[in-house]
This record gives sequence, C-alpha cells and structure tokens, in this order.
Amino acid sequence: MSKRFDPYPHVWRLPLLIWQGLFFVGPLLLMVALSFWVVRNYRMEPAFVLDNWERMLGREVFWNAYGVTFRRAAVAAALASLIAFPASFALAFRVSDAARRWAIFFLIVPFFTSYLVRVYAWQVLLAESGPINAVLGFGGLGPFTMLNSAFGAMVGYLTLVLPLVVILQTFSLAAVDRTLIEAAWNLGASPRATLFRVIIPAAKVGLILGFVFAFILSFGDFVSPFYLGGSKPPTLSILIIDTTKSGQQWPRAAVVAVMMILTLFAVASAAVGAAYGRRR
Amino acid sequence: MSKSSFAPTRRGLLAGAAGAALAAPMLNRAWAQAPVEINMLAWYGHAEPDMVSEFEAENNVKFVPKYYAGGDNMLALISQSPPGTYDIILSDAEFVQQLNAAGYIEEMDPSLFPFDDFWPEYQKFPGHWTGDQLWSVMVRFGLLGVSYNTDALTREEAMSYNAYWNPKVTGKVGHFDWHLPNLGQMSLLMGNRDPSPFDISEEAWEAVKEKTLSLKPQVGGYFDYGGTFAALKNGEMLAMAGIGDWITGVLQKDGAPVASVIPEEGGIQWTESYSIGKGSQKQDLVVKFIQYMLSPRGQVRSIQMAAYPGLSPTKSGWKAIQEANPAEAERSGLIEGHEQSPIKLLAEKRIFFRDIPRQQSLEDWNEFWSDYKTA
Repeated sequence: MSKRFDPYPHVWRLPLLIWQGLFFVGPLLLMVALSFWVVRNYRMEPAFVLDNWERMLGREVFWNAYGVTFRRAAVAAALASLIAFPASFALAFRVSDAARRWAIFFLIVPFFTSYLVRVYAWQVLLAESGPINAVLGFGGLGPFTMLNSAFGAMVGYLTLVLPLVVILQTFSLAAVDRTLIEAAWNLGASPRATLFRVIIPAAKVGLILGFVFAFILSFGDFVSPFYLGGSKPPTLSILIIDTTKSGQQWPRAAVVAVMMILTLFAVASAAVGAAYGRRR
Repeated sequence: MSKSSFAPTRRGLLAGAAGAALAAPMLNRAWAQAPVEINMLAWYGHAEPDMVSEFEAENNVKFVPKYYAGGDNMLALISQSPPGTYDIILSDAEFVQQLNAAGYIEEMDPSLFPFDDFWPEYQKFPGHWTGDQLWSVMVRFGLLGVSYNTDALTREEAMSYNAYWNPKVTGKVGHFDWHLPNLGQMSLLMGNRDPSPFDISEEAWEAVKEKTLSLKPQVGGYFDYGGTFAALKNGEMLAMAGIGDWITGVLQKDGAPVASVIPEEGGIQWTESYSIGKGSQKQDLVVKFIQYMLSPRGQVRSIQMAAYPGLSPTKSGWKAIQEANPAEAERSGLIEGHEQSPIKLLAEKRIFFRDIPRQQSLEDWNEFWSDYKTA
C-alpha cells in the first residue's frame, strides 16, 4: 500500500501560515502596490507610476529624516543594551531564583500600562517646571530643557525598550552553562576574560536579539519623537503622518513605510547573521 | 417617623404598576420610540452632550459622531464612504468648495435659515454660496493671532508677529503643526494683506519662506491639538504660532497664564459651517438642527463649547451670550464696539479669512512646511 497523505501535522501548521499571510504578507504586498498608486481629489486610484518614489526619495527631507531615525534607533539600542547588561548580569548570576522571578515580574509590569500614557507621564516629569528640574533646582542646577529635544525622545525610547532588553538579556545569560564558567576559572581566566571570552559569546544570541528588538521598536516609534522630541527634527514615522495628513498622500507615505521595512529587514538579517553565523 | 413625600403609597404603587403594565407593549412604538440616529462628521466636540443633548431630548434623535482632524482628513473620510453615510457635515469654510466640487453635499434652501439675523459681513460667506445657491451655513468662527504666556510677554510685545523672534522666548516658540495658519501668519507679517495673505505671488511666497526659515532657531517644537494644550499649560512653550483663543480660551478657564491677541499685522479667521450630506435621508431633521444651532440658545452653547470656544455670527447670539454669560461676552469681544470685537476688527481690515493658497498649490505649502521642520 502506498503511503497516504496525512493531513494531521499540516493542520497544526496552518494557523501560523494563515496569520502570517493575512497580517504580514498581504498588507506588505498591498503597501508596496499602494506606493505606485496616484491620488486624485483625495481619492486613491490604482495605477503604476514611479512619481511617488521619485518625489519622496528625491527630497532632502526624506534623507534627513532617515538619518535621524537610523541614528536615534542605533543609539537607543546601544544605550539600552549597555544600561541593561549590568542589571541582567546581576539577575542572572547574583540573585536567588525567587528574586529573579520577582524582578522579571516587575519588568513585565510596565507593559500593563499603555506606552502612550507612560510617555504623557514623562511630559510632566521632564517639563521645565516639572519635578525633576525642581529637585535639580535645590542643588542650584538647571533648569534644563529636557522636553522637545533629542534627550526627551531618547528617554521615551528607553521607556519603551529597556524592560524588554533586560528580560531578553537575563534569560540568555541565565541559560549560559555554568560549567563553562567554572572551566574558565579552573583554567585561570581572569574575571574580565571570563566575561568577554566565555559569558558574552555564550549569551550572544540573546544579547543581539535584545539589541535588534530595541532598534526595531525605536526605529518605527512615533510616540516618543513626537510627544517628547517635539518633532524636532521629524523622524520617518512623523514624516508618514505628515504625508498622509496633507492631501491624503497615502501612496507617498507607503514609499516611506516600504523604505523602513527594507531597512529593518537588512538590520534584522545582519543581526541574525551575527548571532547565528559561524565564528571565523 | 416622618413621612417623606416620596414614600410610595400602596394605592399609588398599584396604579403605577398597572399603568406600566398597560403601557409596556407600546414602549418601543409610541411615546418611547427609539431615537432617530443622525450621523455627523465634524471636528471633535460638536456632537458632545454640551452641544447636542438639549436638541436630542426635544426631538428624540441621537447624534452619532465621526470626528476628524483637518480638512484633508474630512475629505478622505467622505470619499471612502458610500453616499448618504453622513447626514450632517461640519466643515471649515475653505473646504466647502471642495465638498461641493466633489458632489458630497446637498444644496440648501436659504429661506430656511435666519440670514437676516447674521452680521452683514457674514451673510454671504465666500465659498458657502455659488451665486444664489447655498451649500453651507456658517455656525461659528474664531480668530487666530499671537498666543502667548502672559508671564513671559506683555500684551504690547505680543501685538506683532515679531514677538516670535523676541529673545525672551528663544527656544520656546511652538508651532501648531499645520502649514495653513502658520504660513498665513508669516504672510501677514510680510505685509501680504491685499487681497489676502493666502493670495500671494511667487515672489511674495519666496519671501514668506525665507522669513519663516529665519524663525527656526526660536522654535521649541511642533504640536498637535493635545500637545499644544500641554506645551502651553506647563509653560514649556511661551508663544505659539498658528492658534488663537480656541486653545488659550480653554486654558484660561483652567487658570493658565495664557492669552491670545490679534496683532497689528492682522489675524486669521477660521470658520465652521454645516452642510447636508449628499443623499441623507434625514434632511428635515438636519435643517431643524442647524436652525437650533443658529438660535440664541444654540449659539450660547456654541460660544461656550467645552472642546473649544467659538464666536457667533448672529446678532441675537451676541445678545444672548451678553445675558447668559457677560464675562464670556466681554472676554471674547462679543459686544458691539468692543476693542476686540470681530466685527470691528473686520471693518478695520485686521481679519482675513483662512483660505487655501490661491497662487501656489496646497502641496507646495505643505512640502515647504515639511522642509521647514527638518531644516
């Protein structure tokens, strides 16, 4: 008897495929198609013109915004990774299991409140007449302008990504095989060498993943650069809003969005290469 | 034990119960008919209880609002919905022509509305009419000028758009993030008054752009509706371009030290009007509502709308607010001969209706605005 087709395992794979098709591939294709459409009298009409691409990519505004967005996302990801590492290290190696569980719980709690609400809270805290400047004022410092600046935006990015980066780093560090560390000690490696030549390479995947998540979330974020950065200068997400707001130029906004997705694909695949690629 | 007058008597209770039982089958038919739903497309606040609850109760209707932010957004929402979706559309004056050109609104019968009661200046509002055909009825308006923190600038200093360049507000000048009112103000500062700050030659447009770019070092940020409120309220911004009393009037009620003035170079007027959506099945009710909004009691509500205050185009509206809330009438200049009375400002040619650019395209202005923000 020939082998019969067994649908059972395929059925369980279907939901993921359907999900990806409906909510990722479909919209993505639609957006690429949209970027070639035209707008007449505030109505989008299917077409195939390159005008939107020429207009957006030909303007300095786009490339300025691109540069700002990329730089800020990279800085946010690097800062978040650096700030998170000592905390994650302590959680992974220095505290009891119970303490770690509590810490992870408290790192998840911030996600209970909307990010937008947290950013509004920062508006109050960072204001020139706000509590932080008031405290600094007692020490004879300031007042500092923190809102509507690159600093304000960075505070927002870190609010968004830092807890996530700590969680990812903690899990990957906690998963490092302790016998490797003991072996390094037994072989006479200094703490520094153990950290850089054993622990970090062993936890590489999680560390890079944390960085990439921080980059992706910051790169696409609208809330922080708008409400804490004062749109000064605009990022790509703000450019998308501006473009759709005036004249209903969704096709041109789609150009910006496609460029953002291409960038994220490039960054993500570079990161996967770095994380899982062979050591040379 | 004292007997409360509300305590039910046995007889009353029985009678009430019997009455209720008899009436129950009628509940959904006769006197408690389900309210008629009226779909409204408007700026935020227009279908909130402070504006419509009285009319809803009297006419057994229920407003179902769809709120938009900006004329472009409004046109897009209509173009994406089937005809007849919206019964009543509140629009800014400069977009009525586009609504009309696209065939989104019904012609209206002028005899149904109290134009005799309007101040003559507002009887034939540009864009609302084509010849004697009426397409939209003005219901409220407001003035945009220099909005400032009264602790930072004096009223005299704020009486010119040059206040934005004042060293006292360096880094603290905010922009309401929309090109039309901001660039309109810059155009007024450059002396483009005849015929309008929005009807300017290429040469004048270049000069406006250059002047605007020179403001960049003073600018502290670009804000949406909510951001504008917050930035002025917490003192983060000390002057705000592109807005007026519709923001500072609300903040003043909260006790914030802010104010708006119409500077020497002139101010810009925003104008809101109601139109009937094409294909609406409820045109009679919509007309009735517009009549209500233009009546003295409707105007008193409109002037004090919780979301943002507006001025009244009718004489009886002015009289009504002077009686209902003299302080508000005084604050907003709705008194004949008042120094900031809109009719007086209009006569002095210090008010210009907000418009779309006449000699450049809307896109030109918008692209420059994006460039300015990244400059």
